[in-house]
Amino acid sequence: MAERNNMKEQILRTSGVNPLKCMRCGKCSATCPAYDEMEYHPHQFVYMVETGDIEPLLNSESFYKCLTCFACVDRCPRSVEPAKLVEAARLMVIREQGKNRLKPDDIPAQLDEDMPQQLLVSALRKYSK
Amino acid sequence: MKVSYFPGCTLKNKAKDLDTYARRCAEVLGITMEEIENWQCCGGVFSTAKDEIASKLSSVRALAYAAEKEQILVSVCSACHNVLKQTNHAMQNDADFALRVNNYCAPDMAYHGETQVMHYLELLRDVVGFDKIREKVVNPLTGKKIGAYYGCLLLRPGKTMQMDDVENPRIMEDFIRAIGAEPVVYAMRNECCGGYVTLEDKNLAAKTSAAVLDNAAAGGAELLVTACPLCRYNLVKNGGRDLPVVYFTELLAEALGVLDATQGVKEENNG
Ligand code: SF4
Ligand code: SF4
Repeated sequence: MAERNNMKEQILRTSGVNPLKCMRCGKCSATCPAYDEMEYHPHQFVYMVETGDIEPLLNSESFYKCLTCFACVDRCPRSVEPAKLVEAARLMVIREQGKNRLKPDDIPAQLDEDMPQQLLVSALRKYSK
Repeated sequence: MKVSYFPGCTLKNKAKDLDTYARRCAEVLGITMEEIENWQCCGGVFSTAKDEIASKLSSVRALAYAAEKEQILVSVCSACHNVLKQTNHAMQNDADFALRVNNYCAPDMAYHGETQVMHYLELLRDVVGFDKIREKVVNPLTGKKIGAYYGCLLLRPGKTMQMDDVENPRIMEDFIRAIGAEPVVYAMRNECCGGYVTLEDKNLAAKTSAAVLDNAAAGGAELLVTACPLCRYNLVKNGGRDLPVVYFTELLAEALGVLDATQGVKEENNG
C-alpha cells in the first residue's frame, strides 16, 4: 500500500495534475487520435491515478502511443490535462535503469531518406531518457 | 529590425528550404534574422513533467541569448516554437523550475522569462502585418486553393501558445489570402498527423495522416501548407494520397518573387 501511495504521489508531483477535478465526461478519450491503439485511454489514466491503480498503467504500452498532441489538454472542460499524467507515467518507467525503449543503435534500421531529424530527436526524447 | 533566430536541427538538414526562404523573405520584408550563436537542439517535443529539467536547458539558453540582445526570439519550425514557448512559460510561471534552472546555470546566466517568443507566422501577422505583405506580393497565387495544416504544435496548449483560437484558427488562412490564394477551411486542420509515433507505429501515422488529407481533399484543397517538417513527412509519406504538401515559406517566397527559378508550386516541386 505504501508503495502504491508513493507511486501515486510521484505521478501527481511530476504532472502537477489534480485528478479529483475530473467529472468523467470522457471527452479527452473521445478526442484522442491514439485512442484505438491504447489499452488504457486518457480518461482511464485520470481515474486510475486517482484510485492509486498505477501498476497496470506502467505495465501497459499505452503511454508510448500518446502523440503529445495536447488535444486532451485543450478540450477537457475541467482543465484536468490528462496528457500530463500520461507523460508522468511514461517517465516513471523510462527513468528506471535499463528501461530505454529506443536505443541510438536501433535507429539506422528504421531510417528512410526523407525522415526529418525532428522525428528522430522527438522519438529519442519520448522513448528513452 | 533585427530578431534572434533559432533555426533548429531539421532546418539545417532535411528542411533547408524552410530556413532559406524564411530568411530571404524576412529581408524583403525589412527583418534580419540573426542566428543564435551555438544554439542547441530543442529536443523536438516539450515534456510537461515538472521535474524534467536538463532536457529544457538548451531552450533556456536560446531564450537567455535573445534576452541579452533584447530581441524577439523567432523560429519557423512548429516544434522548436512549441518547445521554446512552453519552456519560456515554465520559466515565467513555475518558480521551482526557474530556480533549479538558474541554480544550474549560475553564474554565467540568469533568466526569468523576459524574452518574447514568436513563430515566424506571428512575425508576419503582428510585426510586418498581412496588409504590408499583400503590398509586397509581385506574383500572387491567384486561384490556388490552399488548405492550411496547423497540426497540433502551433496552437496547443492554447493557454500557453496563445497564437490563435485553438479550435478555429485563422492565421494561416489570412496568410494564404495575403499571398493572393484562396484558403480552404477543413475540419481536420488542427488534428495531429501522427507525430514521432510513426517511427514505431506506421499504421497509426497512416490513419491520422490519411484522415487529414482525405478531409482536406474533400474540401477542395489542391495543396496544403505546413510549418512543421514532421507533419510534412507524415502527410506525404503516410497519407496515402497524392496531395502536395509544402512549407508556407516556399509559397511566401514564390509570391514575393524570391523563389529559386527551379521551384514553385506550379511545378509541384516539394523540395
Ligand atoms: S496528448 Fe496523448 S493522450 Fe492526449 S489526446 Fe493527444 S495522443 Fe491522446
Ligand atoms: S475530458 Fe477532463 S473531465 Fe472529461 S473525462 Fe477527461 S479528464 Fe475528466
